[in-house]
Amino acid sequence: MRMEDPSSAAIRSICTSVDRDPGRLLDVLRAVQAQCGCVDNQAVATIADCLEIPEGRVRSLVGFYAFLSERPLGEVVIRLADDVPDWMAGRDRVEAAFVEELGIRPGATTPDGRIGLAHTSCIGMSDQGPAALVGDVVVTELSTDRAREVVAGLRSHGQPARLVRKLGDGNNAHPLVRAMVRNNIRQAGPLVLTEPRRGEAMRHALAMSPAEVIRAVKTARLRGRGGAGFPTGMKWEYARQAPGAAKFVICNADEGEPGTFGDRVLLTELPDRVFAGMTIAAYAVGARRGILYLRAEYAYLAPFLEHILEARRRDGLLGHSILGREGFDFDLRIQLGAGAYVCGEETALIESCEGLPGTPRNRPPFPAQRGYLGHPTVVNNVETLACVTRILEAGPAMFCAQGNPSSSGTIVLSVSGDCELPGVYELPFGTSVREVLERAHGREVAAVQVGGPSGRMVPARDFDRRLGYEDLPTGGAFVALGADRDPVEVAARFTAFFAEESCGHCTPCRVGTGMLRDGLERLRAGRAGAADLDMLNQLAATMRATSRCGLGQTAARPFLTSLEAFPDAYATLLRSDPDGLRAGFDLERAVATATGIRDGGTHVR
Amino acid sequence: MSDELRIVVDGRTIPARRGQTILEAADLAGVYIPHLCHLRGLLPHGSCRICVVSLDGRTVSSCTQPVQDGMLVASDTPELNEHRRLLLELLFAEGNHFCMSCERSGNCELQALGYRFGIGASRFPLRCAPHRIDASHPDVLLDRNRCVRCARCVRTSAAVDGRHALELVGRGIAREIEPGHGARLADTALVAADRAPDACPVGALLRKGEGFAVPIGRRRFDHRPIGSEIEERSEVHP
Repeated sequence: MRMEDPSSAAIRSICTSVDRDPGRLLDVLRAVQAQCGCVDNQAVATIADCLEIPEGRVRSLVGFYAFLSERPLGEVVIRLADDVPDWMAGRDRVEAAFVEELGIRPGATTPDGRIGLAHTSCIGMSDQGPAALVGDVVVTELSTDRAREVVAGLRSHGQPARLVRKLGDGNNAHPLVRAMVRNNIRQAGPLVLTEPRRGEAMRHALAMSPAEVIRAVKTARLRGRGGAGFPTGMKWEYARQAPGAAKFVICNADEGEPGTFGDRVLLTELPDRVFAGMTIAAYAVGARRGILYLRAEYAYLAPFLEHILEARRRDGLLGHSILGREGFDFDLRIQLGAGAYVCGEETALIESCEGLPGTPRNRPPFPAQRGYLGHPTVVNNVETLACVTRILEAGPAMFCAQGNPSSSGTIVLSVSGDCELPGVYELPFGTSVREVLERAHGREVAAVQVGGPSGRMVPARDFDRRLGYEDLPTGGAFVALGADRDPVEVAARFTAFFAEESCGHCTPCRVGTGMLRDGLERLRAGRAGAADLDMLNQLAATMRATSRCGLGQTAARPFLTSLEAFPDAYATLLRSDPDGLRAGFDLERAVATATGIRDGGTHVR
Repeated sequence: MSDELRIVVDGRTIPARRGQTILEAADLAGVYIPHLCHLRGLLPHGSCRICVVSLDGRTVSSCTQPVQDGMLVASDTPELNEHRRLLLELLFAEGNHFCMSCERSGNCELQALGYRFGIGASRFPLRCAPHRIDASHPDVLLDRNRCVRCARCVRTSAAVDGRHALELVGRGIAREIEPGHGARLADTALVAADRAPDACPVGALLRKGEGFAVPIGRRRFDHRPIGSEIEERSEVHP
């Protein structure tokens, strides 16, 4: 695949393939990026002209999504995951090997333009890290030797697909997937990770009225598995009652919370269960169209999922008159993302589906009132929809038999970090942290990050706390932190992640996440006093209270919960200010910044 | 269902109409809720967060929250004012706001909010990040050093001028105002008669050829703090 000048004819043909619909701008940009290696100014102008939209709108997407770029990053880009579990697994050594072998720093391209190296946030492979995306191909369990082999392979044949030697288990070996990814299912069942019973849930649902289906989901007390825990039945009821002829069901497969990978396994092994859940939701709320929003990191699953959708259409489980029911029509399309964690927020996800930057919306209105293209929309997470299918298959009572009154059913946990058996564990709500660690054979675990960076750092003294909405809510991430891990460093890394992924719309998140990251770095470098720590606490309180969406509201949690768990780790880092100067002031950096200011690009003639 | 409603802001009952936001209703009734990205006539942006109020135990932006009859809103509380102060300090630390040399000084809403909230200096380390200046346009200067990302210019250009001459581009801290067309402001359709440059609350967009036109002492905020014009609208002074 040689890079060519962005040919305007090729770009126009891409635009025509989506009927020049500006709502499909993200698809257009993904295709142009794939074909031309970048979306440069000329491409922006051509696309804007072809779709009849302002250039600024096109540029705002290119600047927003990490997998789009103005300049060519290389014929093949190696994106090395930079999340905490991958770091614990040694990704820094792997990065050093890539840097040495390629002779370039992350963010750069080899002089011949063939290989680019970049950081990326979690790619959903925390159970088999260090991992990287090489083009669209997932490469797991990287070592320094393996990194050198990857570079050698790309230099000789340039084909990422040929880097995969041994295929993973289950559908990872499917001809349309062919990934080296392993499922690592350690505990399957009793509810979600069970043998598929194709079509059964839908037959049961169609035997009921839509209102009865909603009642069944309510009786099962199903709550959203993405982490926020909103009652699913209530969400459906709002959408059902909302006025509007066109309604939509969207499945949120933008699993981006670092340390989470359960949805990856569900989409690989039980996609029918997820699609059935979407179809049942459509029946319940009166929707005729849906979207599966698949994160760009899981693009390797897209051809396989398209194939499953085709099979469902063929078998009358999707399309017109589903299962022979006159008037019940539902179909869906897959929308691929382009690298943005914030798109997991449901209103940002809707914006992204509409071909806009993934900036969360002001609420109200809520998606159930005005969502995709202004129509009432239900957005449910992958695991939630799989639960829906199981509730309709086996009945609410069977579902409620697991868990407890406020958290019914099971949770598909993504266990990673310092343990012998990382992978996916389906466990009833109410399971304690300690029980999970025993199953996963934790190694001298001093703390567990439950729910990812936006969750909580739980120290060993609290290992009897239980997973569930009433105690420790989690979207699935469960990262074991060994006794030799520095909790402040973990918090600093998580905070840097939020700064990287902030959409930049609102002040507390755009500016606050970076200030918090820098504050923690000063603290770790021994350049902060008690007053600085107070200031960070005040900053955290303002970020939590005033941020516009969940990202900013939770971005200070790594700091706050690690401080609560390990106050001594922070106290030992604090310095007094003996010379009367604020410990936090970095004279050298200030001078370096000041001398770096130049008159670049001023356009003053 | 009547469209005439009543809401309570800081203990004062004020009239409101269905479809209004809390900020709009308060503004018309002479209750000042501090704000920056809000500009009357434009769709709300909800980005600066200065206008946050407390509603049923939640903190929401009053510029985006629709009114409901009987709503109880708290705005002028020590806690919310502390959040506002901190948000303003973040904005001062984010950009390069050198008031002494800025043409908008005295007419600047960020500066005026700083004075109203008694901010002497930001408690946060100034980022001192260099930002690009675009002087290419014959009539308008874009100095990104002073931008607060409120998108008032973007929204005005699109909704009032009908031009899309400006756009917010980029993610996170890298988010910047960029020309809506081409690489420079001069490449856009922006003309001197446009309203977009006047929508800027700070000195990021300035008209050329008329610097320091209003003498010190007669500038917008020289004698009265920001918000006074709204508070004077109130029939009953608090």
